[in-house]
Amino acid sequence: MVETKKLALTGAEAVANAMRQIAPDVVAAYPITPQTPIVEYFSKFVADGLVDTELIPVESEHSAMSAVVGAAAAGARAMTATSANGLALMHEIVYIAASLRLPIVMPVVNRALSGPINIHCDHSDTMAERDSGWVQFFVENAQEAYDLTLIGLKLAEHPDVQLPVMVNQDGFIISHGVEPVELLPDDMVRSFVGEREPVYSLLDVENPVTFGPLDLYDYYFEHKRQQIAAMEKVFEVFPKVVEEFEKISGRRYACVEAYRLDDAEHVMVALGSTCGTIKDVVDELREEGKKVGLLKLWMFRPFPKEQVQRYLYGRKSVVVLDRSASFGAEAPLYAEIKSALYESPTKPLIGSYIYGLGGREILPRHIRQAFEAAINGDLLADGQGYLGLRE
Amino acid sequence: MADLKKWHELPIGGVIDKPATALAYKTGSWRVMRPIWHEDKCTSCMMCWLHCPDNSIVVKGGKMTGIDYEYCKGCGVCASVCPVKAIDMEPETKFLEEAE
Repeated sequence: MVETKKLALTGAEAVANAMRQIAPDVVAAYPITPQTPIVEYFSKFVADGLVDTELIPVESEHSAMSAVVGAAAAGARAMTATSANGLALMHEIVYIAASLRLPIVMPVVNRALSGPINIHCDHSDTMAERDSGWVQFFVENAQEAYDLTLIGLKLAEHPDVQLPVMVNQDGFIISHGVEPVELLPDDMVRSFVGEREPVYSLLDVENPVTFGPLDLYDYYFEHKRQQIAAMEKVFEVFPKVVEEFEKISGRRYACVEAYRLDDAEHVMVALGSTCGTIKDVVDELREEGKKVGLLKLWMFRPFPKEQVQRYLYGRKSVVVLDRSASFGAEAPLYAEIKSALYESPTKPLIGSYIYGLGGREILPRHIRQAFEAAINGDLLADGQGYLGLRE
Repeated sequence: MADLKKWHELPIGGVIDKPATALAYKTGSWRVMRPIWHEDKCTSCMMCWLHCPDNSIVVKGGKMTGIDYEYCKGCGVCASVCPVKAIDMEPETKFLEEAE
C-alpha cells in the first residue's frame, strides 16, 4: 500500500483521470450529454501536455467507434466514451469491435434512449448492447467508475480475453455528482496496466494480417464460438485482475457484491447507483429486525450466473430492480436472474420492478415498498411491478 | 466442410494471419457466364488484363494466352471492354450440357 490522493471528483472527472493515467495512444470521441465532461476533462489533460494521446474529434459516434476500431487494429491502445443515442449510433461498430476482438475500453454514461428525447439516467442505452459481445460493468459510485476502468483495461487486454469492455456509470447521478475519490499514483497505474501487447497488429509489417475480411457460412460460426469462449475466459481472468488491483489499492472487486446477505431471506438485485440507496434501506430494515440484503452486480456481461446462484439459492424471495424495459418481454436483469434460478432446488418467489426510466427518482420509500411486498409474500409471480410510476 | 479448421484452431477475430490466402479460394465455381476467348480476333491490347478484377487473364511473353477459369467469376468486364470483340460470354449451363 502506498500513499494515495483522495479528491472531490465527479464520476466523469474520475474516469477522465483513469484515462489520463492509462494514457491511451488514441482517443476518438464526440460530445453527448451526459458523457461530455469525460472527454472535456480528458481534452484539457491533452492540451495541458499531461498525457500524450492522439485525440481525434470526430463528426459522429459512428466515426468515433470506427476510428477507435482502426487504431486498435493497428495495435494501439484506443478508447472512447459515450451515452444513449451516441451509443445507439455506434451500434454497428460496437458489434464489429467485439467481433474483431479489439480490447477497447469505453466508459458509458447511462442515459435514456430517445424517444421522447430525455437526457437523464436509465439503462436502456447499454441494455441495447447486451448481446454485442462486450464485457459490461455497472458501478455504484465514482470510485468504482475509476477502479473498474483500470480493471476493465487489464481484463480487456489479457491474452485469453481480447474483448472490449464498457464501464457503465449512471448519467448525472454518478457522472456529475461530486464524491470523494481515491486516485492511485500515476506510475502505479502505468505499471498495473503495462503496455498493450496486441495479438495481431496492422502496423506489424513483418507479419502482415488482414482484419475484417468477408467471413461466410464456412467460418463465421466458428468465429462466433470463439467469442463465446472468450466470454467464458473472463470468469478465469477477472479474479486474477481484481486480486492484483486489490494489492495496490486495497479495494476488493468481484463479479457481484453481497451486502448483508449472510442470513438474508429476502434479497434485492440491482445495478448501478441505486445500490447505494438500497444499502441504506437494507440497514434501516435490518434495524427493524427484517432479514433483507442486496446482491449488486458489478458485471452484467458475461452474466455471472454461478455467483448469482451461489448467493440466491435458498432465499425466500428475490426482488429484481430494472432501470430499463424490454417492451413485450421480461425486463433484462429480471429475465437473467429468473433464468439463473431455474435449477434452484427451492424456488424463491421472484418479483420484478421497473423503476427510474428517464431519470425518474428512486426514493428509499420505493425500495422499502418493494422489500415489504417481498416480506409480506405479495410479490407478483410472473407479473410486472413499477416503482415511482403514477398508476 | 470436413477439412476446414475447428473453432479453436483458427486465429481470433476472423483475422487472416498470412498474405495471399486468396490463392487458395477458388472462386471459379461462382461463375454463371463463361468468357470464351477467340485467339484469331485477339490483338493482345491488354484491355481485358487491365480491367479484370480477379487477375484471371493469363499473359505470357506480353501476349494474352487465355483465361484462368479457377478464379474467373464471369463478371464479363473483359468482354465488355474488348475493342475487337474477341471475348464472348456464354452461359455455364451450356458447358454443363456438353459435359453430360
